[in-house]
Amino acid sequence: MKKIALWGATWVLLVVVLLLPPIVVVTEALKSGLLASLATLKDPDGIAAIWLTLETTVVAVCFNTLCGILAAWLLTKYRFPGRAALLVMVELPLSISPVVSGLVWLLLFGAQGWWGPALERAGIHVAFAVPGIMLATLFVTLPYVVRTLVPYMEHQGRDTEEAAALAGAGFWQILLRVTLPDARVALFSGVLLTTARAMGEFGAVSVVSGHIPGLTETMPLHIESLYNGYQTVAAFTMAALLACMAMAAVFLRSAPAAWARYREVQE
Amino acid sequence: MSILIQNLVRHAPATERRLLDDVTLAVPSGAFVALVGPSGAGKTTLLRAIAGLDHYSSGTIDLDGNRLENLHDRAGKIGFVFQNYALFPHMTVARNISFGLDVLPREQRPTKAEITARVQDLLDLMQLSGMGKAYPARLSGGQRQRVALARALATGPGVLLLDEPFGALDPIVRRAIRTWLRTLHDQLGLTTILVTHDQEEALEVADRIVVMQQGRIVQDASPATLDEAPNTAFVMQFLGEVVSFSGHIKNGVFTPSERGVAPCAVSEKLESGPAELMIRPFEIGLRQGQGAHEQAVELALYSKRQGFCYYSAHLPQRTVPVFIYNTQEEGQTRLACAELEIQRGKLFRDGVRLQSR
Repeated sequence: MKKIALWGATWVLLVVVLLLPPIVVVTEALKSGLLASLATLKDPDGIAAIWLTLETTVVAVCFNTLCGILAAWLLTKYRFPGRAALLVMVELPLSISPVVSGLVWLLLFGAQGWWGPALERAGIHVAFAVPGIMLATLFVTLPYVVRTLVPYMEHQGRDTEEAAALAGAGFWQILLRVTLPDARVALFSGVLLTTARAMGEFGAVSVVSGHIPGLTETMPLHIESLYNGYQTVAAFTMAALLACMAMAAVFLRSAPAAWARYREVQE
Repeated sequence: MSILIQNLVRHAPATERRLLDDVTLAVPSGAFVALVGPSGAGKTTLLRAIAGLDHYSSGTIDLDGNRLENLHDRAGKIGFVFQNYALFPHMTVARNISFGLDVLPREQRPTKAEITARVQDLLDLMQLSGMGKAYPARLSGGQRQRVALARALATGPGVLLLDEPFGALDPIVRRAIRTWLRTLHDQLGLTTILVTHDQEEALEVADRIVVMQQGRIVQDASPATLDEAPNTAFVMQFLGEVVSFSGHIKNGVFTPSERGVAPCAVSEKLESGPAELMIRPFEIGLRQGQGAHEQAVELALYSKRQGFCYYSAHLPQRTVPVFIYNTQEEGQTRLACAELEIQRGKLFRDGVRLQSR
């Protein structure tokens, strides 16, 4: 009896907390019918927001994947002074409120900031422009690849790499043929987490973006603008699209495990 | 390929403690050498230094007269088998084996067909035919071991280094693979160095045993020499169970300080003074006395294995093991004798064997 109650409670909680929000979003979006909601996506500002989100995501994912691999390699395969501090620092973006990190970028690159005026004179706009949005997103999504790779690479140890080196493989051959392929599931998982987070980032981007419709609005920011402008259908359509993109990334993340189980069953 | 190691020293990181302390070792081409010693003796450290996996502070390593300076010099010439096999989990057995060939620069790399043929040869040699497409996770310990060996041999190295390769295998597989390894060594004309903490394994498979202790080579000899003439008490203890008796040498006689143990004649040239006699339990004899009242030492049977009766002999101060070879079906459960005879023991003073020259 107790067990059933516990099961029931768990499921109710799951449905309310996890499933209800996307369902509500989709229902709201479709309130005036599918055609009406699809029509809102034709708005040029909306299209611009979608593009900016995709661009930012691609940049953040590429940059953070490369840096994440490098950082994870350094942190797991070498012992050096300051390693523990670096491990903690990698997690800073997770613990600092995104708004605060956005403010830091403004402080550095804003019109009254440290380097802002100099860059402005050189014709480089960071704050209230696309580069600022990208920097903010980069910072916020930095930890994911590192945090998923580090435990796996730690567990890998150095043996296989040493075996590869003794067989004559060079640094890149070891990295690309031995270390990363072995850690591919962890890497994939980190990349998809980064993707989901980069698409959805609001706080840090909101601070540095300046909310210029069609120019510096990403999808989350555009949703807010639409909602505040009482364009409910458009806001929820955009929200549903963003939610679908993020959920696709998360579901993809579980794909390797599902594939492995499938292969197991086949054998 | 011959290996010459001269005055190799390696310090523990950031300390003065020596992991390898002035190690000099010459391994002629075709030799099968076993590095033995307790944990922390520096066996694996020495093996890794030869492979170029660890740096050393000073000393030199030559392979066929050529100085080895870095890992690149050794790649492909030295095959290394890790204790935990270190197979690449995401590659099939065949790709694991061909790895050393796949990573060669394009101009040196054999063609695909040649690599496939080479892998097939190695699979056959390792008795793994038909396993090429499997992933390491599906293999048993013994099979993984052989894949690791095949991978180490793929580039045709002259030297094979094995780091406790049988540690994780069960005794039957262990024995089989041991014999088979020896055959492989002879067949391929390899120069092999095997690290093991199992002295029996070393004695069985190697033609030379190098005993290490605290980063130094204590003795480097054939199994027979090691057995007959161990340099130090440590070597003697390491190679098997020993019973030691302390006593005194005077005028060619060793007199044990314990009652119940017979004095024994030793070389007259030995210097007088305190000494320790070490003997294997199966070398101890029983000396019968004249009458019943002289049966001072009692022995109780506690086990019987492989033709030996295992007794514990009760001396006044302690109990020592005595193994007696018994061809009869039944060993007596109780024996008694006047004194234990230790004529076949070896004498040591301050841990070093006393030699009469």
